[in-house]
Amino acid sequence: MHEVRLHGRGGQGAVLASAILAAALVEEGRHVMAIPAFGFERRGAPVVAFLRMSDQVIRRVTNIYHPDIVVVIDPTVVRAVDVYAGMPANGTLVLATSKPHSELGLPGHLGRVAICDAVGIAMEIFKRQITNTIMLGAFAKATGLVSVESLEKALEHTDFRDAGLRQNIEAVRRGYAETTVIELGKEQAA
Amino acid sequence: MNKILHTAKTIVCDGNEAAAWGACLSRPDMVAVYPITPQSSLVEYLAKFIAEGKMSADLMDVEGEHSVLSVLHGACLAGARTYSATSAQGLAYMFEPYFRTPGLRLPMVVSLVTRDAVSPTCVWGGQQDAMTVKEVGWIHMYCETQQEILDTIPIAYKVAEHPDVMLPVNVNHDGNYLSYGVARVELPDQAVVDSFLGEKNVNWHACLDPERPMAVDPLTGGAGGVGPATFVRYRKGQCSGMQTALQVIEDAHADWGKRTGRHWSPLIEEYRMDDAEVALVTIGSMTGAAKDAVDEARLDGHKVGIVKIKTFRPFPIQRIAKALSKVRAIGVVDRAVNFGWNCGPVFQEVLGALYHLPVRIPAMSFIGGLAGADITVEHFTQAIDRTNRLAAGEMATLPVWLNEND
Repeated sequence: MHEVRLHGRGGQGAVLASAILAAALVEEGRHVMAIPAFGFERRGAPVVAFLRMSDQVIRRVTNIYHPDIVVVIDPTVVRAVDVYAGMPANGTLVLATSKPHSELGLPGHLGRVAICDAVGIAMEIFKRQITNTIMLGAFAKATGLVSVESLEKALEHTDFRDAGLRQNIEAVRRGYAETTVIELGKEQAA
Repeated sequence: MNKILHTAKTIVCDGNEAAAWGACLSRPDMVAVYPITPQSSLVEYLAKFIAEGKMSADLMDVEGEHSVLSVLHGACLAGARTYSATSAQGLAYMFEPYFRTPGLRLPMVVSLVTRDAVSPTCVWGGQQDAMTVKEVGWIHMYCETQQEILDTIPIAYKVAEHPDVMLPVNVNHDGNYLSYGVARVELPDQAVVDSFLGEKNVNWHACLDPERPMAVDPLTGGAGGVGPATFVRYRKGQCSGMQTALQVIEDAHADWGKRTGRHWSPLIEEYRMDDAEVALVTIGSMTGAAKDAVDEARLDGHKVGIVKIKTFRPFPIQRIAKALSKVRAIGVVDRAVNFGWNCGPVFQEVLGALYHLPVRIPAMSFIGGLAGADITVEHFTQAIDRTNRLAAGEMATLPVWLNEND
């Protein structure tokens, strides 16, 4: 079982991203449980969504406290909340940022970090800072736990249509293609 | 022999969408709704299904929950199959017609997306709303998963409309964790649900028809004439319908299982109870985490099991007493508060059932998950530890608040 926590800001589609990821994982025959954390949701406020995935039926309907994968779809939210909270050693961080990883001040216990200039890509595709589907592509590249094809199929089952659907498919593909994955454990060992 | 029967397709959806699908597949004639957190997206799914032509029901968009249920009373009296959903303060506002529904013997199905009660102000899950209305005379079934929500709604119509039941049913699912929680769900074929429900005959006993005028809900009661005996006859009829429902609920679940391959426990589910020395009692979506905690405790050598309550009204007294008869201690986990008894409401009910046994089994009340709080595997591990100590002779304290230090 993998436990994923997504961080974003209200209005960016973190919760929708977790639902799309859930659908893509089921497309590949897995079981999922995706639960949005809740608060007084409003545009711009930090939001969190949880997703569990497993080849077995998932019984617990609870929030996630020790995610082995953290996805941050907003570059500024790391200043507002502790996105590393509860992460075990050797976890994977998938981060929307335009900075190189050496400038990020990452905690030492991470196993892998994947970085993607999602805002830059979003401004080209959507002309807005909507990074959620780009970061799903980044997740696919960083973890290998879901294919781009399954994410595209899942997108086709959403309310996205026509130009919106095409843009989001492009977003997933570019997110995948333009994500750099760094194995921190290996780097430190070398 | 587990035949795969007409499963149309796999979808990925939250509990509110699963409920909307359950309603859609049951082909209600009229749906009336008013949005309230955490039920609102259920209403949106219904509206979407109707707009897309998936459902042919009339959607009554009314000004509040009192009108929601009043409108549906009229529809049901005219022979329509009806559906609605509400939550917390919406249920409170619906209470006046809600109170009248069982006495009118209207076989309605209404989802309660359970939520804690205001005040203090909160808009999140808890079962205080549903537990507060447990004595009104509606049948109450609590679901554990998104799939069980979808499956239980057609089952609920089958139970409600059974000629020997004729009572309204609340199909309850936990706000937030189930209402917004997304999981894999098998969507049955429409033909499977159609043949399960059979020919629609919703309200044969009091059908409003301008060609054949009749009065319903006569003034009765009082202290003289035919009043007292008539009123008692009505009340005894409701009680009889409730008791008959126990068997009808079992039969309907068995029939559904045969047609879909999904066999839900109709009244209670016994999990690892065969050799259990200590038992937890659970209700609703908390049960999955409880099962994981029990499996972990078993690895440490603790013989612990779970009795999960699905049907809370009518309360399956004999089943629960029998299931718990061999354990040495019981921990009941509630997601609501019984203010009068300083414990959880399910705890109080279980105590009543245990009185039917010749032995006295120590029991303790655990309360968690109020106003959206999480009941984690670790919380259940604490509850198991405390119940083990109860079995070992430590005194019970009332109640344990699981999220007190969260």
